[in-house]
Amino acid sequence: MTEFLQQLINGLAFGSILALIALGYTMVYGILRFINFAHGDVFMLGAFAGFYLAPKIATVLPTPSIGSGLVVMFAAMLICAVIGVVIERFAYRPLRRSPKLTVLITAIGVSLFLEYTGQFVFGAAPKRFPQIIPVYPIAHLGGLSITSNQLIVLAVTGLLLVGLRFIVLKTKIGMAMRALSFNPEAAALMGVNTDIVISFTFALGSALAAAAGILFAVNYPAIDPLMGILPGLKAFVAAVLGGIGNLPGAVLGGLIIGTTETFVSGYISSTYRDAIAFAILILILLIKPSGLLGKKEIEKV
Amino acid sequence: MKIWPGQFPVAIGAGISLLLCGCNKSSPESGANSDVIPVGEYASLTGSEATFGQSSHDGTALAIDDLNAAGGVLGKKIRLLTEDDQSQAGQPATVARKLISSDGVVAVLGEVASSRSLEAAPICQENKIPMISPASTNPKVTEVGDYIFRVCFIDPFQGTVMANFARKSLHLQRVAILKEASSDYSVGLARFFNQRFMADGGTIVGEENYSHGDKDFSAQLTAIKADNPDGIFVPGYYTEVGLIALQARQLGITVPLFGGDGWESSSLVPIGGKALEGCFFSTHYSPQDTSPAVQNFVKKFQAKYHETPDAMAALGYDSAMILADAMKRAGATDGAKVRDALAATKDFAGVTGEITIDPNRNASKPAVILTITNGQFKYVQTIAP
Repeated sequence: MTEFLQQLINGLAFGSILALIALGYTMVYGILRFINFAHGDVFMLGAFAGFYLAPKIATVLPTPSIGSGLVVMFAAMLICAVIGVVIERFAYRPLRRSPKLTVLITAIGVSLFLEYTGQFVFGAAPKRFPQIIPVYPIAHLGGLSITSNQLIVLAVTGLLLVGLRFIVLKTKIGMAMRALSFNPEAAALMGVNTDIVISFTFALGSALAAAAGILFAVNYPAIDPLMGILPGLKAFVAAVLGGIGNLPGAVLGGLIIGTTETFVSGYISSTYRDAIAFAILILILLIKPSGLLGKKEIEKV
Repeated sequence: MKIWPGQFPVAIGAGISLLLCGCNKSSPESGANSDVIPVGEYASLTGSEATFGQSSHDGTALAIDDLNAAGGVLGKKIRLLTEDDQSQAGQPATVARKLISSDGVVAVLGEVASSRSLEAAPICQENKIPMISPASTNPKVTEVGDYIFRVCFIDPFQGTVMANFARKSLHLQRVAILKEASSDYSVGLARFFNQRFMADGGTIVGEENYSHGDKDFSAQLTAIKADNPDGIFVPGYYTEVGLIALQARQLGITVPLFGGDGWESSSLVPIGGKALEGCFFSTHYSPQDTSPAVQNFVKKFQAKYHETPDAMAALGYDSAMILADAMKRAGATDGAKVRDALAATKDFAGVTGEITIDPNRNASKPAVILTITNGQFKYVQTIAP
């Protein structure tokens, strides 16, 4: 029982990081109907932004502390939000009227560009991410180990999700985002400035990816320029599993993938981890092709 | 600009003729009259095992400098041509082909990681170019063919040494194994450790796997924790080992971790930090060894690179020195003669101990066990073959 609970905690902590990345995929898909494959690399850039900022912030604030950790995270989110807007402006906006496949291939190109520019600028060898948040072993309840890091990951993911929900449902720009996802032409005719809304969506998604990058690096403190590939791929799968374009679905998908992988490698074998996780994905999509929370879309002819 | 269909054949023809010209001009140094001996090297200078390749390359380059300063080999200077395989599968084969067919090297040095040596070895064998791996310990590497050599010990020996050490010196009874399922090195070492440890009366309580590039090991470590071992054998490479140690301590696992020469890296302690205190690993040499050969090498290395050489650097140095020694004894640089001379190497005084090449083209030599104390590697003991 202890082992089961421990694996559940491990899985939820890993899954909530995937959920944060998946939110970015699903938000961009919901509005532009295309998969931003460079999203996993923005996640990597978030971790590196934290890596280079942390020593600077340590000279002003006592480190490690919760305060310095939050400052590093918000600064990285801001930097990545700008990067996200720049990527959209120069790589995707010129292709707004092109076929979706063109944009998709451009996204793969942007992804490779970020990965290998990263190798050139940061160096390919893994770097140790500095300790920005103090680690307390919270509990050793009958052999159960929970660290403060795991709780912080869950708490930050929860808070960001509440914040995101507020932006999408209660603000004017959120209403514009929803309008755009229903019908871009009609939204434009109603006076919605689509360029600004799309830029804002990229900024928001990239900021979430940066937050995920920082949380990932705090928990697994060896970072390298190719670290975004695998989590990015899994988060994409999580977004599809939950129903792409659906925000709570992305979170649900992330948590399911995270816990499934953890349980498979803990109880069966990590060799089959990805195989079994993806088999479950196929099974769910066979039964519910639009994903767990996705709505069935009627193709209008 | 638009290319009309009719112009395509012309364009392709022009391209091909350009390529052919390029090929004809290549391998300028393979001519008999050239006054340099081109020697190829492929190493993981970047990527996840970058410190391995950088260290072995620094050692190899130092050896070439030493040889050339002493007048070279057979009256000619040696020229080292280095290629980076980026720690990626697929790259070693590509760069080995380039070194042999386009640069015309007479011998190839590399690599540290067994999986990547296994990729380049068949290409060297096919072309009858001797290849010397500085530090690939998986037995399969030299089984590729009679042109493939190594200057390090092999995993059956390393696995046996660690099993003996765990059983007899650490008095461990129940050991769990956490290995990288996609690495020939890790799987081989785990198997030989397992066999010997069981034969010595120990119990393997669990065996878990991970994949190259994994960051989260908490699932495997939680399963291991439930098995309640008194030691964990982690025959992996340093990036993963550092993270495994950190996560094990976070989960409240306090027993020592131990592993093989894949731990030997200046990046291990920066990643793993305090979590690695009191852990052990086997390797090829210790810079704290007081023998004149080691101290002389350490002094020269520090003078050139301003850092203390690790085992990969020492092995890189030995690999180049053994090649030069074989060329001198063969009196030639052609593949077959150098191969025969390499196979006859006996009691060569290397930095990593006396090296004798056995009939399977492996080096028979002692292993060293190190521990991590206050963030430093400390010498524990030497175990002879």
